[in-house]
Amino acid sequence: MTAVRTMPDGEAPPTAPAAPGAPAPQSPGRMRRALKAVTPGPTPDAGGAAIYRRWWLPWLWMLPAIVGAAAFGVFPFLNTLVLSFTDAKPLGGAAGFVGLDNYTRMLGDSDFWLATRNSVLYAVIVVPLMVILPLFLAVLVEKNLPGIGFFRSAFYTPVLASSVVVGLSWQWLLADQGLVNTWLEKTHIIKGAIPFLSDSWLILLSAMGLTLWKGLGWYMIFYLAALGNVPKELHEAASVDGAGAVRRFWHITVPGVRTSMMLVGTLTGIGSLRVFTEIYMLGGSTGGPGGADRTLPFYIRDVGLDPLSGNAGYGAAVSVALFVLTLGLTLLAQRLTKENES
Amino acid sequence: MTTVAPTTSGAPTTPGAPRRRFLPRWRDYGRPRELVVRYLLLLFVLAITIGPLLWQLLASLKGVGEDVFGSNASLIPHHPTLRAYREVFDQVPVGTYIRNSVMIALLSIASQLAFSTLAGYMLSKPGWKGKKAVWVLLLASMMFPFESIMVSLFLSIRDLGLVDHLAGVWLPGFIGAINVLIMRAAFLAVPREIEDAAMLDGAGEWKRFRYLYLPSAYGAILVVTINTFISAWDDFLWPLIVLRSEEHFTLTLGLARLQTSSFGYDQRMVMAGSVISVVPVLVLFVITQRWFYRGVAAGAVKI
Repeated sequence: MTAVRTMPDGEAPPTAPAAPGAPAPQSPGRMRRALKAVTPGPTPDAGGAAIYRRWWLPWLWMLPAIVGAAAFGVFPFLNTLVLSFTDAKPLGGAAGFVGLDNYTRMLGDSDFWLATRNSVLYAVIVVPLMVILPLFLAVLVEKNLPGIGFFRSAFYTPVLASSVVVGLSWQWLLADQGLVNTWLEKTHIIKGAIPFLSDSWLILLSAMGLTLWKGLGWYMIFYLAALGNVPKELHEAASVDGAGAVRRFWHITVPGVRTSMMLVGTLTGIGSLRVFTEIYMLGGSTGGPGGADRTLPFYIRDVGLDPLSGNAGYGAAVSVALFVLTLGLTLLAQRLTKENES
Repeated sequence: MTTVAPTTSGAPTTPGAPRRRFLPRWRDYGRPRELVVRYLLLLFVLAITIGPLLWQLLASLKGVGEDVFGSNASLIPHHPTLRAYREVFDQVPVGTYIRNSVMIALLSIASQLAFSTLAGYMLSKPGWKGKKAVWVLLLASMMFPFESIMVSLFLSIRDLGLVDHLAGVWLPGFIGAINVLIMRAAFLAVPREIEDAAMLDGAGEWKRFRYLYLPSAYGAILVVTINTFISAWDDFLWPLIVLRSEEHFTLTLGLARLQTSSFGYDQRMVMAGSVISVVPVLVLFVITQRWFYRGVAAGAVKI
């Protein structure tokens, strides 16, 4: 019985991400109505509109999910809004209403703007690269060559390691005495080590490199499924007409996966605004020299959750700013997608 | 691009296609020049992607006498030894870290699976009041990036008295709306006719859920399990916020701490710790590879 239906969810390719939200594939159908007519016994209304005579039964099944979504999804957000008007402390004590103080403080806080700049810069640089580089990779591993499975798996490996582990690895690669600097010095490309881990700009750039490197495999798989939907005939026809690999890539492959590219852009944009661990691992627990590389999540943790000097109210205000930024980016992406389609 | 006449399917030169009399030869895969370029590119990317991780592994096998850094360091350890692995267990409570990480991962998997299947099942069923409201609640709960609600989450955990407890790390993620949606999609794909047959046989709601729907959705169950395991195992920011004392540290926290206090510790040990952290995920990946890729597809739903 189970053999008939395999991997019901997996059948949907990444290009159809809306699958769970889509309506049921079929209406109940004739058979159900027929059954309803003939089914005797304790559930005479089976298949009809009101299956559950005990109305609370579905709610009982749903209860944990409802509690989880409400208590750890929606409530924290509403509470963040409320907190942002108070001077709550992370470790407790009375919280007083302070009106818009946190927001006015935020607007005049140069560290906040620095963190915002870092986060936005992160998105601006990482998103275009993350949209296009994995696509190159996907095209590279698309063809079924001997050993291609191994390459695909290997390219995916960085995704599996935690950010802390890859952060450690990169830290040693980029250290003054690390592999990269040693090799560059040996080959006389540079004299003296590049301060990857002590210059605030280089830390930020290295962190972006780390994010890219770790995400490549993930989006490669993502694109791989989308590439399957680009008709092969187009490539063959273009080939016959003398279009080279580069032209075919830009004129056939890219338009063919445009929807996926928009989605990847949105996902990586939101992801860029959430960056924390990369900065923590490469810039240290201060977030770069003097906190110069802190991103918004980093800053929220610093100002809002520090056990001694933290101000959860102010942290909440910065959190609201982060949310607004994320929301703005999502709306922008939606708008672009719509324009793209029409 | 391909050398064979186009067949009905888009797959280029499938090795061992029945029409072919011989095993595929190299030139069946394309022009030699193109092939060489492709493999060179593949090897180049290979070096970039797994190079750093491989280097970590190799360095962890080096003995005390061998340099990890500097111009004298070689890539391959000349006298491979597991000393660093022994020491990391002796000098650092890595065993405790692992136990804590495993505990959180198992708890998360258990709660996520139990609750997402229950909720996903009910959401896939028509005919009960309030379904729409629940649906909206679930979608809304996915709208907020974790980082923008973590201050409030921390205060909740504090009020529950769970700061510096493993349960505090687990609780906010005990159920994810995304997993409910994944399970719902899987259950929707189960043909009605089979359920009707089961109903005729007198199988009640629970029986149908347990013996018909759950076995049918094993793919989605695997995806949820894998996603939950990886996110729990690799998580860093939230454990960093909640946990304070070393005895409760997870593996990622312990590793990051090892590094920040690196002057006292041997680099080889930290690398050994990293390897220990990656291996379980890697093993899981090798066993259930294609489900990982499915998980990528499911991840796109987050939008």
